[in-house]
Amino acid sequence: MRAFANHRFLTLAILAAVIAVLPLVFPSSYYFRVASLVWVSALAAIGLNILMGQAGQVSLGHAAFFGIGAYAVGIGPAHLGIPSWAALLLGAALSAVLAYLVGRPILRLKGHYLAIATLGLGVLVALVISTESGWTGGPDGMPVARLTLFGWRVSGSDTWYWVTGGLLLVGTWIALNLDETPTGRAFRALHDSEVAAQVVGVDIARFKLQAFVIAAVYASLAGSALAFMNGFITPDQAGFLHSVELVTIVVLGGLGSVVGSIVGAAVLVTLPQALTVFHEYEHLLLGLIIIVSMIFMRNGIVPSLSALFFQRARS
Amino acid sequence: MTILTATDVGISFGGVKAVDGVSFSVSPGQILSIIGPNGAGKTTLFNVVSGVYAAGRGKIHLSGEDVTGLPPHELAARGLSRTFQNLQIFQRMTACENVMVGRHLREKCSLLPALFRTPAVTRQNRETRAAALDLLAYVGLKDSADVLAGSLPYGACKRLEIARALAAEPKVLLLDEPAAGCNAVETEEIDHLIRQVADRGVAVVLVEHDMKLVMKISDRILVLERGRPLAEGTPREVRDNPKVLEAYLGHHGAREAARA
Repeated sequence: MRAFANHRFLTLAILAAVIAVLPLVFPSSYYFRVASLVWVSALAAIGLNILMGQAGQVSLGHAAFFGIGAYAVGIGPAHLGIPSWAALLLGAALSAVLAYLVGRPILRLKGHYLAIATLGLGVLVALVISTESGWTGGPDGMPVARLTLFGWRVSGSDTWYWVTGGLLLVGTWIALNLDETPTGRAFRALHDSEVAAQVVGVDIARFKLQAFVIAAVYASLAGSALAFMNGFITPDQAGFLHSVELVTIVVLGGLGSVVGSIVGAAVLVTLPQALTVFHEYEHLLLGLIIIVSMIFMRNGIVPSLSALFFQRARS
Repeated sequence: MTILTATDVGISFGGVKAVDGVSFSVSPGQILSIIGPNGAGKTTLFNVVSGVYAAGRGKIHLSGEDVTGLPPHELAARGLSRTFQNLQIFQRMTACENVMVGRHLREKCSLLPALFRTPAVTRQNRETRAAALDLLAYVGLKDSADVLAGSLPYGACKRLEIARALAAEPKVLLLDEPAAGCNAVETEEIDHLIRQVADRGVAVVLVEHDMKLVMKISDRILVLERGRPLAEGTPREVRDNPKVLEAYLGHHGAREAARA
């Protein structure tokens, strides 16, 4: 983890190179689409990892913010006549405000209690989305108008590949930036010992709230991107299973590791696609792979592998 | 002139009076030790004074201001810093980063510049790191700066906590058993360290079981028993107080004290 943090620009350069080179080996536009899904999931997971991996606070309802971002770009242009790009910003702002208001009381809770409270938030938002069918189309979902930027109509899976790839680069850059700043240190300090952080002057309530708001904005932007890309949204995107998926990506890739979240997203998005050849055993195998990798790589894929690598290099 | 004053402080846990009617005060440059047998309420008193627990009764004044009931980070902002009996190190951060967190109050810390890592943030980070390295050198941990704190030996962690507490540039420093579990050499080093800190004008309140260290270093000593004050005075007065001698230092403590 430290090794990656110290090489901020190297990490970004490698990520940029991967994004640039991958299309050369893509045989069809289907691959562009799957890769875009990876970038979007990774973006949401990187944000959640700031909350979970850095600040050590769990959120089991994070898809709520993903859903708010997604429905903002659906509802904004369709019902309120707001331009798509403004609806994206509005969704992010709304997520930030909701995270701030809800976070104040619930971030006082710890461990299981915080998990249940965030779970409640997720259920609540999903419920509103699936019942307010006049606005959201209810359980059937709703179509999303194409994003238009300065007259440029953003469409096509290869275009969205580059747009989401660019978003992921910016998201990665910002997450890596945090590491060597007073804010990033305060996050990690309150993760290790709240009381010790407090007695050197860290206002832990304030920093937990900041991490929660950052994570919410990341999820919201990822949700908006997915909605634009698919041209359609369903309440599933705000649902509990999606929240669990985001947490799984973070933990599988490695808590606290930005690169880990990208790798985790790649594994969790592409593995089900690769496992479709096993037909009805697909989910069984997916579950099995996750269990086995957590047993043998408890710290997550990236931290475990880099520890192994540096151990080898030293001996 | 006193900087920290506790007046008639008390706290109960489910009917048990852990601290009951304790008063003390300490001036800049002075070392006040709080001693007493296990369970006397020393650490609880520290937790009340540093805002970790809310006082059941009594008042605490810092630099003349009533700070009773303020949370720890606000007390830290007013110049009160502390260490812990059971180590509270940031395990997953390096030794240097631990001390850098201690500089938190001396840093400008706003979110947006941090997210975009502005040049000002990078510059400040460099200054904070330099200050942290100075403090690590001061406590003899210069070579361990980039080692994960979780892998440092016990004695080093004790000194790391002191460096982190000092990084906040406190006016009052509460040290909870800084020499516990340390060997004779390490205890000697901590002894020097505390003296130096006090000489720079910091008021030090010390909880310690090492009677040799306490007798040697303290300007005044407060003795607690079951949460209540038993005696207070200079090391000589406390040592010669028959009640203290018999009940709390015992023969062994008295012998050690005589040698100090």
